[in-house]
Amino acid sequence: MHKLKPTTALGADKPQIDQFDGLEIAERPDFALASLAARQGAEAQCAELAKAHLGFDLPAAGQGHLADPHSGFWMGADQWMISAPQASHEDLAAALKTAVGDAGSVSEQTDGWCRFDLSGPGLKAVVERLCNADLTSMALGDARRVRLEHLGCFIWCLDPGQAVAILGPRSSAASLHHALVGAALSAL
Amino acid sequence: MMIDHPLLGLRDAQEFTYLGDASLIDRPDWQAENAQEAFHDYLYLRDNPAGEHRELWFHETGDRSWLVVTRNTLTHEITKVELARDVARARGRSK
Repeated sequence: MHKLKPTTALGADKPQIDQFDGLEIAERPDFALASLAARQGAEAQCAELAKAHLGFDLPAAGQGHLADPHSGFWMGADQWMISAPQASHEDLAAALKTAVGDAGSVSEQTDGWCRFDLSGPGLKAVVERLCNADLTSMALGDARRVRLEHLGCFIWCLDPGQAVAILGPRSSAASLHHALVGAALSAL
Repeated sequence: MMIDHPLLGLRDAQEFTYLGDASLIDRPDWQAENAQEAFHDYLYLRDNPAGEHRELWFHETGDRSWLVVTRNTLTHEITKVELARDVARARGRSK
């Protein structure tokens, strides 16, 4: 048996947490991710099977759903990202695939992304320096794909105007973190 | 410039990349008798209208959907935006 040691997206033992006056940036390695795409002609069946497994309707365009254990957001036409705690749902993708069968295509996404949660009253001032997302128009659970530090990222509303999760490509986690910290230092 | 995305509403044009004439959807049948001639025309011949033009745009930093945008090349007014998926399927493609 190999003695493998898990590391966070930033390569450390523990998740990085940065505090600013009015904002906390917290690395979140504790979420499993899987993408779900409804197959052509099986959209209704996929929605039904996914709802039975996840406990909520697959979100409409631009929207999302936050709950325990499963959360999710709309990524594109007939495509969603599903998230759940890593500790209890390491097999998220396999379980989702079993649930939707041939009605949907499921891909493991956990190791493709890194996640930073931004929270605090300074959120808007920081996010408006980083990307196009209009925070005031985002309701609880809403998600947008944006370009942030030249990276395709998702911004996911955890608490309207107060907290968002930013999901970016894991291989560029350090660049994304650098951009978030840079914007916080500049704005706050 | 803003593009009225059929699913997401008004989005800034900087989120999109432009491909070209929407007639690119009508890819010829590669097994047809006249495939060589048809592909020559498909690849090299384009109308260049001063006025209404249907074109393909990609929502690269958005939901990554392809759109067919009807734009007036003289005024840049956008009169119609459709999902390319719907346009292609209406023409019997993407089955």
